[in-house]
Amino acid sequence: MSTTPPELAISVKNLVKKFGDFAAVNDISFEIPSGEIFAFLGPNGAGKTTTIKMLTTLLHQTAGEIAVYGFSTVTQQADVRKSFGIVFQDPSLDEELTAYENMEFHGVLYGVEKSIRKTRIQELLTIVELWERKDHLVKTFSGGMRRRLEIARGLLHHPKIFFLDEPTIGLDPQTRNQIWAYIQNLNTTEKITIFFTTHYMEEAEKFAQQIAIIDHGQIVAQGTSEELKARTQKSTLEDAFLALTGTAIREEEASGSDHLRMHRKMWRGR
Amino acid sequence: MRTIYILWLRQLKRYSRSRSRIFGSLGQPLLFLIAFGFGFGPIFQRAGGGNYINFLVPGVISQGILFTAIFSGIELIWDRQFGFLKETLVAPVSRLEIMVGRTLGGATIATFQGLIIFFLTLLVGFRPYSFAALLPALVIMFLIALLFTALGTAIASTLQDFQGFQLIMNFLVMPLFFLSGALFPLEGIPDALKTIASLNPLSYGVDGLRTTLVNTSHFGLLQDMSILVILMVIMMAIGSYLFSKVEI
Ligand SMILES: Nc1ncnc2c1ncn2[C@@H]1O[C@H](COP(=O)(O)OP(=O)(O)OP(=O)(O)O)[C@@H](O)[C@H]1O
Ligand SMILES: [Mg+2]
Repeated sequence: MSTTPPELAISVKNLVKKFGDFAAVNDISFEIPSGEIFAFLGPNGAGKTTTIKMLTTLLHQTAGEIAVYGFSTVTQQADVRKSFGIVFQDPSLDEELTAYENMEFHGVLYGVEKSIRKTRIQELLTIVELWERKDHLVKTFSGGMRRRLEIARGLLHHPKIFFLDEPTIGLDPQTRNQIWAYIQNLNTTEKITIFFTTHYMEEAEKFAQQIAIIDHGQIVAQGTSEELKARTQKSTLEDAFLALTGTAIREEEASGSDHLRMHRKMWRGR
Repeated sequence: MRTIYILWLRQLKRYSRSRSRIFGSLGQPLLFLIAFGFGFGPIFQRAGGGNYINFLVPGVISQGILFTAIFSGIELIWDRQFGFLKETLVAPVSRLEIMVGRTLGGATIATFQGLIIFFLTLLVGFRPYSFAALLPALVIMFLIALLFTALGTAIASTLQDFQGFQLIMNFLVMPLFFLSGALFPLEGIPDALKTIASLNPLSYGVDGLRTTLVNTSHFGLLQDMSILVILMVIMMAIGSYLFSKVEI
């Protein structure tokens, strides 16, 4: 009989990221077993996106260690990159290409073989209900359609872990439900590990097996939704979240990505 | 290889879908050709310089390539701002492949743009001294295009947004063009200007095109080609290095 502990999708030890003197992520550690749905919650500017960027090799940590399915994000980047898919908080599609071309581009970059690529693209675009629009330029898509396309794209190379940074932000309840049904299904049928952030507490409450709450770059609590509620003696996760992180609104400086978001709005506004 | 190919293809698709870009970047070289070519032509001829249109055409072709190439490289900032760059940076491919694919794509576009300008100059009466020379001319065009696309990428790798763009146009691209021998012969000009021109990479591109298209040369084709190739390799290396340092 095997007694090996469950495989770890992610192991983070004493992770720190400093921008100048400011520690955006300040000594966090956590582990995520393979196949789990993990929610990473925290107020604006808490350090969620910065953590995801380090987990996905986009940023180098100042200190600490990260292993994604046993691979180091510093010395084994190629292996790490093959193992995850990601939906970024900010848009990341090429608007001048069609939905199909965006998928095709991704498939080629990830070395998905041509015949498999074709069938998978059709499968995925059908699931996210974009097959009919496959030859339309992405710039003609609504926010919800873009999000669905990004999700489909992130799954094209069959990742073992899927990072979703606020996947449902700005979407209507219909689309949100549809996206979550799909993500849950992936988790149960394909055993894909899910790492997501959200500001909708009910999403974490409903779907996550484990929740970590980060504030000012530090993890202030971790456990199941029930455990967090019990610990703070609150009846909803939202109240527990507020009890753990306080009620003050975060007035941190606009981050680099906030600037970009503003720019993008300005460009679009033309 | 397939990474390089798909990045190249993406650049071409974006270009072919942007009519305004294609026509927009033809305006300036044609303006130079008509204003300078017909404006200064008579004086040039009287001074014993020969046919000025013939002299000018390699210059405006180089100008068209220079602008399109630098802009294609700088487009990297666009990808960063619109977020698409992240998608390529998390993929399991090397930064070098990404850089090479992008640069080849941008250079192909710039060369194509140069070719369109060439055909347009035929309409205003330009005749190359031999159509067989078009092939080596194409090689020179591609070298110019590669060199300056790589330069654009290198610059864009160090910029976060478009705020420095005007600076680059005024203090890099414009001087590269005006101080290159694209508009005037390098013979008999003040020494200082001559020195500047011979330090300007574009001068060798212009001279190379002039040699192949109208059979007059200042530096000699061998020197033109060797300098372009060496600079192109150096610029690709610098561009790749700077691009490998890009963080989101
Ligand atoms: N490139 C950067 N340079 C300087 N500071 C940065 C940079 N990126 C992020 N920060 C800062 O780090 C902190 C954490 O930012 P991060 O984007 O990780 O927050 P978040 O938890 O994802 O917030 P949100 O919920 O608003 O998306 C913020 O204070 C932000 O201003
Ligand atoms: Mg964030």
